Amino acid sequence: MQWSDDAIVLTVRSHGEHGAIASLLTREHGRHAGLLRDGRAKATRGTMQTGNRVAAQWSARLGEHLGTWRCELLRAHAADILGDPLALAALGALAAVAEATLPERERHAPLFATTAALIEAFAAPGWPAAYVQWELALLAELGYGLDLARCALTGTVDDLAFVSPRTGRAVSTAAAEPWRDRLIALPRFLAAGGSAAPTPSDIAAGLALTGHFVERHLLVPQGRRLPAARDRFVDEVRRLASLSAGMTDAP
Amino acid sequence: MAVSDLDRLILLLAKLPGLGPRSARRAALQLIKRREALLEPLAAALAAAAQNVRVCSICGNLDTIDPCGICADPRRDRALLCVVEDVADVWALERSGAYRGLYHVLGGTLSALDGRGPEELRIAPLIARAGAGGIAEVILATSATVEGQTTAHYIADRLAGLAPSVTRLAHGVPVGGELDYLDDGTLSTALKARRAVR
Repeated sequence: MQWSDDAIVLTVRSHGEHGAIASLLTREHGRHAGLLRDGRAKATRGTMQTGNRVAAQWSARLGEHLGTWRCELLRAHAADILGDPLALAALGALAAVAEATLPERERHAPLFATTAALIEAFAAPGWPAAYVQWELALLAELGYGLDLARCALTGTVDDLAFVSPRTGRAVSTAAAEPWRDRLIALPRFLAAGGSAAPTPSDIAAGLALTGHFVERHLLVPQGRRLPAARDRFVDEVRRLASLSAGMTDAP
Repeated sequence: MAVSDLDRLILLLAKLPGLGPRSARRAALQLIKRREALLEPLAAALAAAAQNVRVCSICGNLDTIDPCGICADPRRDRALLCVVEDVADVWALERSGAYRGLYHVLGGTLSALDGRGPEELRIAPLIARAGAGGIAEVILATSATVEGQTTAHYIADRLAGLAPSVTRLAHGVPVGGELDYLDDGTLSTALKARRAVR
């Protein structure tokens, strides 16, 4: 059997002397692995960098086989951000989280579109908020969407400032008072009608929120925790947050 | 079933990069045919390498002495430190003859997939070397890949305040390269790294 699809390179692992096993996020076939026979060749390595968009052709004798890839580069996104440490860290986090959480061979076309848009946005400013939104979209796509539109206790849509770590539903400042220390902060840019320009501190809070639910719902059941690549991205955002806080505090 | 010495030689040769079972058999046959000219010197060289080659305690290079020949060479520029992923990269730079400073071999790149974090690489000894003073420039010569550059940025962060200058190798058009034949990624990085002609 054989099919062709639009795909994003997630991971490539060496296999034998010349080959590699590549995991791609495809539009119509979900996260899918396959063998790249010349995966370690000079020309192929450039094409198969994490985040690159490729035209992929998968073939195997039977559907349940690992199969082999033939990939042609469509857009070299990785090369665009090699000099940007934050975008590189985010790309690594995206690939590691997708690889760890998305079930293999399960179609998630909306998530493919969100992922492609996020990777496209890495080369432009203002994308960190889109990364947080991507993790929210991942949770929603896999059936664990958060309800951040109204307060779980009062139904109000105003002044939403917290999220329940158990239910993933928003709570307003007033209603949250008795449980404040047990709730997760909801940054304003994620709340209904939130601000359009989040600060690095808001992004760090957003990552703490999505990280909690990604780990709780998607990773802990597999006996795993958040990937180290995501931790490094969070560290990078926190570093920016502390730098910008320092600049704000300065006289 | 007992394996003969010849079969064992073929099995071991077949594990080397670039050799499969058939080419290992051909190599073994050549070695046997040229016993005095090839097999015995090769066996002696292998035994000597197994006995004497060690990892340099300063830079991580391979040599028969510790510190290695490069670290011990007084003619090298000690203010320059080039950070590479692997010993093969040291050999490549030495082959070029373009660099006369010291090296630091990391032993790989950060890789979430392979579970290789900063603790698995020789990053702590690098920080210690830079912190000891005397280094004017650290050149990050990791691969132009997502993992290589993620590692470079990570190290650059850790070196902040320790080395006066942290640079990385340029990415772009190779010598003899024609634009028509270059991939999009190389062209894109080459354009970003362009510099004034005059």
